[in-house]
Amino acid sequence: MTLDVAIASGKAIFMILIALQVMAFGVFFERKVSALIQDRIGANRASIFGVAAFGLINTLVADPIKFLLKEDVRLAGADRFLHALAPMLAVVPALAAFAVVPFGDVLEIGEHVINLQAASLNVGILYVLAMGSLGVYGVVLAGWASNNRWSLLGGIRGSAQVISYEIAMGLALVGVVMTYDTLDLQSMARQQGELIWGWLPAWGILYQPLAFVIFLVAGVAESKRIPFDLPESESELVSGFFTEYSGAKHLTFMMSDFVEVVLVSALVATFFFGGWQVPYLGREGFVFPGGGTIALASWVVALLQITSFVLKLVFFTWLQVVIRWTLPRFRYDQLMRLGWKGLLPLSLANVMVTAVVITATDALS
Amino acid sequence: MSAWLFLVLAALTVALSLVVVLHRNPVYSALGLVATLVVLAVFFVGLDAHLVAALQVIVNAGAIVVLFLFVIMLLNLRVEARAVPSPVLAGLAGLASVALAAGLFYGLGRAPALPGPAVDAGYGGTLPLAERLFTAYLVPFELTSVLLTVAVVGAVALGKKAVRRG
Repeated sequence: MTLDVAIASGKAIFMILIALQVMAFGVFFERKVSALIQDRIGANRASIFGVAAFGLINTLVADPIKFLLKEDVRLAGADRFLHALAPMLAVVPALAAFAVVPFGDVLEIGEHVINLQAASLNVGILYVLAMGSLGVYGVVLAGWASNNRWSLLGGIRGSAQVISYEIAMGLALVGVVMTYDTLDLQSMARQQGELIWGWLPAWGILYQPLAFVIFLVAGVAESKRIPFDLPESESELVSGFFTEYSGAKHLTFMMSDFVEVVLVSALVATFFFGGWQVPYLGREGFVFPGGGTIALASWVVALLQITSFVLKLVFFTWLQVVIRWTLPRFRYDQLMRLGWKGLLPLSLANVMVTAVVITATDALS
Repeated sequence: MSAWLFLVLAALTVALSLVVVLHRNPVYSALGLVATLVVLAVFFVGLDAHLVAALQVIVNAGAIVVLFLFVIMLLNLRVEARAVPSPVLAGLAGLASVALAAGLFYGLGRAPALPGPAVDAGYGGTLPLAERLFTAYLVPFELTSVLLTVAVVGAVALGKKAVRRG
């Protein structure tokens, strides 16, 4: 009993640590990759004993300290309680969604076989969508509680945008669910360990390429970053829904954005890129299609899988930062047209085609 | 679900529902509603109805109440000037509520505990529920979606400005 609780909380803490560590990478990319794209040097001033570590000290030590030490402005006419609650409502659901994301297969310690997933729910995907839909309250409330028209506009834009893109996102996942015949993310990741024609890892991208594109676009829209940053819209709304936030609360909103970026990365990796899978790595070690095998201990396998998962997260976080610094912002009508007239019909078509293909394959075999 | 957990959650549900009804600020009322729905979802989890719990959060808390908030914010409703009911009416309503609660407690306390229908393990999971939905209840399920589509078309038709011809 006690051991079970310890294992469960250990897994949850480990998953959150992965998420926050990759988020730190995201922040670092945001500073340095953007600088490379714009032909600048980027953060390089802050250093500890002369060690700037390519701006790591700047982004991961100096910036947070600066934010935490800034004045927490008390607004006149604002709703204090909701104003303070909003950043927490933005970040908590995003972190909670990581509970169902698997970060490895199993770890065998003695006779204990630990499933490397914080929570195994039979409604896995729906839980993620539920948490995603709760995240919008942070934006809406921040917009309303600030007693500022720019914030209110940003909050209303945010809620309309998130609800619109949730539909395309959910429908894209219907195709994924049909392919794997399960809602559990761990089972999806395991199925991606199979091989097509004996050598090609059966990653989801091969079965659902369109769903991948729709999901990634909708995911970027959900994290409210350029090119979908209408709720923030620096050039029109000052800073949108978090115009009136300073210090730690402002930092929390920025953090929630990056946590959502990492969450989208984790989901993209799990649904379409094998999650924690390393090609040809099974529970007993590597089994290559040519016939060679390398036997490995369970903890080595788990370690390789976790590393693979984290590397995939870092890659997709980097990809989203590059997207953010490459594209200009959509106009509001373009945003809505893309969501409702572009992604939604495409995702419906994807569901139809997937259904036809699955039925045909079943009928033939 | 243990009895203590149930009692704590039940008290929380009642308190949050009271916020919905009694708070003078419509935004707080809407938030109280969200919180009530989320706690109800926890009850569903306790009853092994995981799918219902997830749908409860996605549909009710995540979509519908957001739209309530949306409307409240667009209309810029602030603290409402509460229409004060006459003391006689308020007193009567209070008495009726207490009588109803007492009646419920008395009646339920005397009722024999009926065994629930025997169910398989995991009956509230996605698969069993989906099977029922797509076999026994397929027609009502599809008719509901037609109804929703009609409602959307109607709302668009009503909300649309007259089309200028020629």
